[in-house]
Amino acid sequence: MTEVDKHGSRPQNLGAFEREPEKQDEEKPKQGMIARYCSLIFGGTKSLLTGMKVTIFTFLNPKSTVTQQYPENKDTLEMKERFRGQVIMPHNEDGEHNCTACTLCEKACPNGSINVLPTKNIAGKKILGKYIYRLDTCTICALCVEACPFDAIRMGQDFELATLNKDSLELVLNKKEGRWKS
Amino acid sequence: MSFFGTIWDGVGEMFDAIFNGDWSKENQIGATVRGWCGENETLADWINAGISLATLAAIASLSAMVLVYFERKVSGHMQRRLGPMRTGPHGIFQTLADGIKLFFKEGFRPKSADFFTYYLAPFIPMMGSFMILAVIPFDQHLQVANPELGIIYVAAVAGLAGFGLIIGAWGSNNKYSLLSGMRSGAQMISYEVSLLLAILLIVLVSGHTNLQEIIKTQEGGIFNWWIFKLPVLGLISFVFFIITTNAELNRTPFDLSEAESELGAGFHTEYSGICFSMFFLAEYVNMLIAASLATTLFLGGWHAPHPGLDYPGLGWLWFGAKTSCIIFLYFWFRWTFPRLRIDQMMDFEWRFLLPASMVSLLLAGVFMSMGWYIGD
Ligand code: SF4
Ligand code: SF4
Repeated sequence: MTEVDKHGSRPQNLGAFEREPEKQDEEKPKQGMIARYCSLIFGGTKSLLTGMKVTIFTFLNPKSTVTQQYPENKDTLEMKERFRGQVIMPHNEDGEHNCTACTLCEKACPNGSINVLPTKNIAGKKILGKYIYRLDTCTICALCVEACPFDAIRMGQDFELATLNKDSLELVLNKKEGRWKS
Repeated sequence: MSFFGTIWDGVGEMFDAIFNGDWSKENQIGATVRGWCGENETLADWINAGISLATLAAIASLSAMVLVYFERKVSGHMQRRLGPMRTGPHGIFQTLADGIKLFFKEGFRPKSADFFTYYLAPFIPMMGSFMILAVIPFDQHLQVANPELGIIYVAAVAGLAGFGLIIGAWGSNNKYSLLSGMRSGAQMISYEVSLLLAILLIVLVSGHTNLQEIIKTQEGGIFNWWIFKLPVLGLISFVFFIITTNAELNRTPFDLSEAESELGAGFHTEYSGICFSMFFLAEYVNMLIAASLATTLFLGGWHAPHPGLDYPGLGWLWFGAKTSCIIFLYFWFRWTFPRLRIDQMMDFEWRFLLPASMVSLLLAGVFMSMGWYIGD
């Protein structure tokens, strides 16, 4: 898994947004006024034409459209990897998860949407009892996912979260107590 | 019953004349009306004027509607969106629905706005557009009026649109609006200079100010259009013309007077409902007018690209096709270029465009006197 899909969409993880270090100590050859004037005009024209090339390309390629006709294409809806839905806790085949009940995510959450309720196993070791996640106050900011050192929670892709019953927004994310490799 | 029968016969006669008449000599609609009225020429003039006005109104409102739809579609596809999709198949009724909505919206006037100027302003750009539409030569005989000083008249009336914006902005008593009005005033005055120089160039090389005569100097195929007839210089002044009309139309990259992110909505911040839609309509009709003028002056008007394709009575098809291409160009510019800053805009006009158009005007004189142009 790359950095990007772990944290959802985070601009500082996308290399394209990184600024190149500014070049210093590189003196441009001195131009005369007329040469500068001409280079301004021709450079400007060229950059305008470059922009026009991009827009005409997207115009002539309707396939590049990213808009989804949502309710109609419900069956073939294509989700992008960067999309952030509600917080989920991935489980393996045996129904076990990765959480150690360290409560870092609880501390990271600005809205107090997470409550990690630890418990103790027979050996007296701290394990996760209940992972309570309140969807109604969550702002889908992914700070909890970033804070988790064990990669136990992620942003899901589900977005049809409307419900008529407010109580159903308080979720328990873990299926059973403990962790798959304790 | 017989009365309606007569009218029906008359309409049939008119259609017969329109489709089978000899359009190369005169406008068949006007001729038929004159035929009906016989001696009574005043009546014929009044009926013809009524028909022309109705046609202009239809052209203005229909073209604005169609242009708004296409603008939204084109902008959508240029930005990897789809544009309107829901109202009708591919959203073709979207602008109709918008128009109906605007029509029934409350026209709200701020308490401190000046009553007279506030309500006068939306009509001025619209009036200017109608006055110019009347002289646009859609075809050899499809033109409401053909004044001898056609192009001078157009240049004079074109200033009205800016006037409307300024007094609307002032009358609505809002500082954003006022700023926008001042900006648009400065912009219009500056770019009008270069626009007139580009027009003057065509007047100089064609030797006419009458729009029909200008078109007639471009007869005989694509290389006789002024854009190609004057080697290189024609193309350059065409580009200048497009840039300056873009500025006159207040469209991006010169949409400083609307500048949503800086001024709210600029001069129409305080307008709603039908008053707003008047501004909006005028904007799009003005775009049609600018494209028609570009077609008339540079692209041979209603002449076909090849003389063999020139059928009398079908020139408006060629005219429409060329105008649509120019309008697409405006769309393309608007959805590609970022907005200029006010000082950059002024800089561009006074330090580049104005000297350059003066030099090109001078060069055009040289070209003409040396005979450096295609054709005779
Ligand atoms: S996504 Fe943000 S608001 Fe939601 S639980 Fe995580 S940290 Fe809290
Ligand atoms: S989800 Fe991660 S951060 Fe939160 S308690 Fe579990 S292991 Fe710790």
